[in-house]
Amino acid sequence: MIAFWIILTGALVAVTCGLLGCFLILRKMSMVGDAISHAVLPGIVIAFLLSGSRETLPMLLGAGATGLLATFLIEYFHRRANLQTDAAIGVTFTFLFAIGIILISVFAGKIDLDQDCVLYGEIAYVPIDLWVTPGGTILGPRPIYILSAVLLIVILFIKFGYKELKLTSFDPAFASALGISTALWHYLLMAAVSLTTVSSFESVGAILVIAFLIGPPATAYLMTHDLKQMLAITAALGIVISVVGYWMAYWLNASIAGCMAVITGLCFATVFVYQRIRVTHKRLTHPEPATD
Amino acid sequence: MIIHTQEPILEVHDLTVSYSRKPVLWGIDFTLPSGSIAGIVGPNGAGKSTLLKTIMGLIPPSSGFIKLFGRPLEEIRQRVSYVPQRESVDWDFPVSVLDVVLMGRYGKVGLLRNTGARDRSIALECLDKVGMSAFAKRQISQLSGGQQQRVFLARALAQEADIYFMDEPFAGVDAATEQAIIGLLREMAAADKTIVVVHHDLQSARSYFDWIILLNMHLVAAGPTEQVFTEEMVQQAYGGRLNLLSQVGDVMEKRAFPSREN
Repeated sequence: MIAFWIILTGALVAVTCGLLGCFLILRKMSMVGDAISHAVLPGIVIAFLLSGSRETLPMLLGAGATGLLATFLIEYFHRRANLQTDAAIGVTFTFLFAIGIILISVFAGKIDLDQDCVLYGEIAYVPIDLWVTPGGTILGPRPIYILSAVLLIVILFIKFGYKELKLTSFDPAFASALGISTALWHYLLMAAVSLTTVSSFESVGAILVIAFLIGPPATAYLMTHDLKQMLAITAALGIVISVVGYWMAYWLNASIAGCMAVITGLCFATVFVYQRIRVTHKRLTHPEPATD
Repeated sequence: MIIHTQEPILEVHDLTVSYSRKPVLWGIDFTLPSGSIAGIVGPNGAGKSTLLKTIMGLIPPSSGFIKLFGRPLEEIRQRVSYVPQRESVDWDFPVSVLDVVLMGRYGKVGLLRNTGARDRSIALECLDKVGMSAFAKRQISQLSGGQQQRVFLARALAQEADIYFMDEPFAGVDAATEQAIIGLLREMAAADKTIVVVHHDLQSARSYFDWIILLNMHLVAAGPTEQVFTEEMVQQAYGGRLNLLSQVGDVMEKRAFPSREN
């Protein structure tokens, strides 16, 4: 049962992150996920200091607020200061993350939070974080409910906003000409990424969130030239990675999140090498005529 | 020299556009009649694309206003189509040719709804018009430059608009595609559609367009081609920036269709 809950948590996070990650990659904004997942740290700490508890809601609110603040700052520096997006991302998230680190170290004695927990998370604790009703009934691990709800929101968001997300990613100028607000869809996507990162964060940690945001979509991108297929492959990969990652960790007695991230990387590498071999093989069997 | 039309379909009034306080277009003021193929012509950096983007509402003007069919753009978006520069998008994006053409229907379909069978048949029809129906299922990453341009054109046709704004539709396409495109534009104009094209080849401008807008940050001339596309006006637009004045004269003499390399 423990294995089941952990694998399910991993799969939920992987699928949610992966679906959004597809659009991040296509918008050439992969690093935004990285930025948001780090920028939420000060929000979490401040929410903790204000509420004095590790309840989910204040954490989500605090983290969501700084996550969105980060995306606003990135857009602002990019538009107003004419800074390249990657530079704007680099400046913004390191700054916010550092504030979070300082807050943690200043209040270190008083709060039950540490950098390791935030960065690496501890997916192995998911099965003991149970949701118990006042009547005493045990409804299973709390994160499963939260993550399922977030996955549902993300799926509905992509289902109903599919054509707008696709068009604003592919050709923003044409989208604006049709009267579709590119800014609105940018921020909706960013809000979805913030929500996902923040809710995944406490169970699996920032590193795995980033790995899931970009790894499976990047692998799927190599495998297909169809957006719907890319989303489907990403979701399937997420589940496979979660299962294989868990058993690898079990077998090696290593960090579960770490193993899942390693499997993500291995999947990408395998597909990449396979594609290279296929291309080279094609060239050898059907040599193209020399161009010069 | 600015010649206005009596019943304008597009009205640009005293338009000034600036990028971070530096004006790139000054006091642009012209009108366009219905059913014309108009060329926006001028040297590099003259603000041709900027003018088009401002008309499409993508860049806010510093002053002045634009009216299409006598109304502001927001009210008549459905009747306006835009073809961005081909290089402005990522052609490795995972969509098929038909997907891209269907995007032309998004404005008509509306929010939260999907394109239906009717949109599909319109899209296929438009692909047929540009001679690309065999490519409907193809991934866009497999297209040549000329084919990409045709797909963009098909997407614009799918919008079923009354006025079309095209940013450099002839850039980087071969002579055959260029002829196919201009043929299509003439058909559209015959059906009383208005077409505005950003173009930078002086040689072909005369034969392609029946209305010319000569631009070099300010408006040099606008009006029917025979009246405004004179050597004097072209020199005024290009003068000082190019050392090719004799060549400009050359172009003016060559009224016949020019021969092309490749």
